[in-house]
Amino acid sequence: MILDGKTPTGPIEKSWDKHRFDMKLVNPSNKRKFKILVVGTGLAGGAAAASLGELGYNVEAFCYQDSARRAHSIAAQGGINAAKNYPNDGDSIYRLFYDTIKGGDFRAREADVWRLSQVSNNIIDQCVAQGVPFARDYAGYLDNRSFGGAQVSRTFYARGQTGQQLLLGAYSALSRQVKAGTVKLNERTEMLDLVVVDGVAKGITCRNMVTGEINSYWGDAVVLATGGYVNVFYLSTNAMGCSVTAAWKAAKKGAFMANPCYTQIHPTCIPQTGDHQSKLTLMSESLRNDGRCWVPKKKEDCDKAPGDVPEEDRDYYLERKYPSFGNLAPRDIASRAAKEQCDDERGVGPGKRGVYLDYASAIERVGEHTIKERYGNLFEMYEKITDENAYKRPMRIYPAPHYAMGGLWVDYNLMSNVPGLFVLGEANFSVHGANRLGASALMQGLADGYFVIPYTIAAYLATVTPGTVTDEHPAFKESKEQVEERINTLLNIKGKKTVSELHRELGKVMWEDVGMARSEESLKHALQRIPEIRDEFWNNVNVTGSGAELNQQLENAGRLADFLEFGEILATDALHREESCGGHFRVEHQTEDGEATRDDENFAYVGAWEFKGNDKAPELHKEPLKFENIKLAVRSYK
Amino acid sequence: MDLTLHVWRQSGPKDKGQLETYPAKGVSPDMSFLEMLDEVNEGLIKSGKQPIVFDHDCREGICGMCSQVINGRPHGGQERTTVCQLHMRSFNDGDEIFIEPWRARAFPIVKDLIVDRSALESIMQAGGYTSCHTGGVPDGNAHPIGKPVADYAMDAAECIGCGACVAGCPNSSAMLFTSAKVAQLAVLPQGKIEAKARVKNMTDSLQEQGFGNCTNHLECEASCPKGISVKFIAKLNREYMKTIGC
Repeated sequence: MILDGKTPTGPIEKSWDKHRFDMKLVNPSNKRKFKILVVGTGLAGGAAAASLGELGYNVEAFCYQDSARRAHSIAAQGGINAAKNYPNDGDSIYRLFYDTIKGGDFRAREADVWRLSQVSNNIIDQCVAQGVPFARDYAGYLDNRSFGGAQVSRTFYARGQTGQQLLLGAYSALSRQVKAGTVKLNERTEMLDLVVVDGVAKGITCRNMVTGEINSYWGDAVVLATGGYVNVFYLSTNAMGCSVTAAWKAAKKGAFMANPCYTQIHPTCIPQTGDHQSKLTLMSESLRNDGRCWVPKKKEDCDKAPGDVPEEDRDYYLERKYPSFGNLAPRDIASRAAKEQCDDERGVGPGKRGVYLDYASAIERVGEHTIKERYGNLFEMYEKITDENAYKRPMRIYPAPHYAMGGLWVDYNLMSNVPGLFVLGEANFSVHGANRLGASALMQGLADGYFVIPYTIAAYLATVTPGTVTDEHPAFKESKEQVEERINTLLNIKGKKTVSELHRELGKVMWEDVGMARSEESLKHALQRIPEIRDEFWNNVNVTGSGAELNQQLENAGRLADFLEFGEILATDALHREESCGGHFRVEHQTEDGEATRDDENFAYVGAWEFKGNDKAPELHKEPLKFENIKLAVRSYK
Repeated sequence: MDLTLHVWRQSGPKDKGQLETYPAKGVSPDMSFLEMLDEVNEGLIKSGKQPIVFDHDCREGICGMCSQVINGRPHGGQERTTVCQLHMRSFNDGDEIFIEPWRARAFPIVKDLIVDRSALESIMQAGGYTSCHTGGVPDGNAHPIGKPVADYAMDAAECIGCGACVAGCPNSSAMLFTSAKVAQLAVLPQGKIEAKARVKNMTDSLQEQGFGNCTNHLECEASCPKGISVKFIAKLNREYMKTIGC
């Protein structure tokens, strides 16, 4: 099937404005008759629930944490992009649009990215109005910093806690709506199924994580804002509870999973210390503004203390390879470059999987005080984890899975191929193409939640009669029974391996075979191993406790079961995409000096997969990508 | 290193609960405290016992989910550190470690080390926001905010809402939590307009939720993993005084 993204036609500068006018509206007095379910309360979900509640819709929101304020958007450190051009350095909506398309290696839809760039400015205004304490200069104006993949300073930030502050802004707006009675919030509630009636999304089935009760909820539309799936790698920068479950349940009910192979491996994370490791900690990419990446030129220097390696024996490999972007090369490029140095046996630290990020020259230039002001909390965090003082000794960093560019397929209105199912933020595939630029995830989450969904959901709701399907429909009972049955199956396996052991096994396969560099051979190996681990899981996992209580083992087992199906789709997508682009690097497709080789002739499309069951191959649907405003070009940062 | 853990086990809100003792052997100093508990749990599962449940999520000190009293101190008592950021290198071989949940009347225990912190949600819902609409707001630079004011607001806004201040306070007061939001918004031009109603409503809610009063023990600041200062409580009191007679 050829998918239609339903992008507006005509000049791109007017596309969103024109589309907004063309869309149908819901009369203010009718809005309360429509019930909207919003799953996830991060930047996208929190902003959406608050905005839709404020408009007068009857909103019910869900999160698995004990508070909406804890969604993992909170961990974003560096900042949020906007085309304000406050520093007068040449930024514009067009440039943000261009940088995002190019940064995504020409694998995103132009119209969606244009809209994102256009509303980016509204986001900053909105957050300021909420009381988000962005960094300011001494005159009282908003301050900006630069970020990877851009040559202008367009990133707004709140110390190293920008995600936290933006999320608290959205959360405060959400709290206001909860108080006003327009939003009902269900915390510690995990979505375990999507209810589809006659091909249309009409509700969800959830588990109350405290009592274990399974409940169904009906809605005239379902909005998923459930984040990304990189915990499929086991070790990642995601929170422990982040999973593909909500999105995957939707995929199993017919929603297409688009570009799952586009995974972002973040270049600046703290290296792993041992097998006990439960997650990896990211250090903001903003650190690369002032830090310089290097490894020793000679293998024999790798064991020396960094201070003992003389300047001339250091290889500042990013500056050497990419003189114009230097240490600010985009994430995919910086990550692969770090891997190359370590593969060349010039890595540092335990296990030799690490490179230095050095602040000595920045401290000499601007002083320790300024560096402290810019990154103080990050240096503090680094010291807590490693017991090393980065003011005195360069940090050690290594890439780690961080973000999913792929996700559920959506059209320009953010609606999936299942009518009534909308997908926002990291959970959808839409704007980042094959690689996301730093400080763009926060921008997308808030754009989707505050400024896109309030308009596009109305266009859909205007075509349906509210409340025609409620939880009395037999599909809800059926969904509930299926969820209960699956939980019982999990609890009754009573095997020998723990959930974590099996998750680690999956993670090892995913990281080694489907990680930073992928080959036909490694992918075929993964496609053989994943079903084996899945079989072992369903025959030999040990899930303790019962279903009718707070049971973290059961929660984790359910999430892992979904990763074990989803991982196969991810590897299948990576195997089919015979090109290298952005976060997807196929070793067969590279230039002599190791740069990614894209194949626009054969792969300039979105690959959206339809799940057909574990024993059948998924079906690929394509949405061709057209580039009418930006010329397809080799992405160079040299 | 080898450690002995005394962990609070409680099957549900109605159970009386008790401390159980578990050995933790071969603990690496590079492990985080929660990774140490993960390993203990793996052992418990293998020996057919119920693993210890505890709240955690981001494991990088920002989500505010983790909540354990370690050796009598919320988050273990290390300066500016959440449990998830506490590393085993701060302990010694042979140590006995007591692990308990937050204890406060407003935070009923759900299970083992997990408590119900929805009382904090009620305080936020009572007024922890500016009543701006989505859209229709002025340009971000329309109201310049002096750097010292922006920095002050940011210092307050760093609160992660974990509730350690409550757990550390002998009165189980949530004054530090409440004051951080009140102070952040009271100094910003965007939040000043509603400052009076906000401080009144949030303080009323704090009392309704069963939190105690502040009697200046300052344990809250000592317990806070983000180093939120008690100066914000003074600010809350000043803001509250302004409402008298209104």
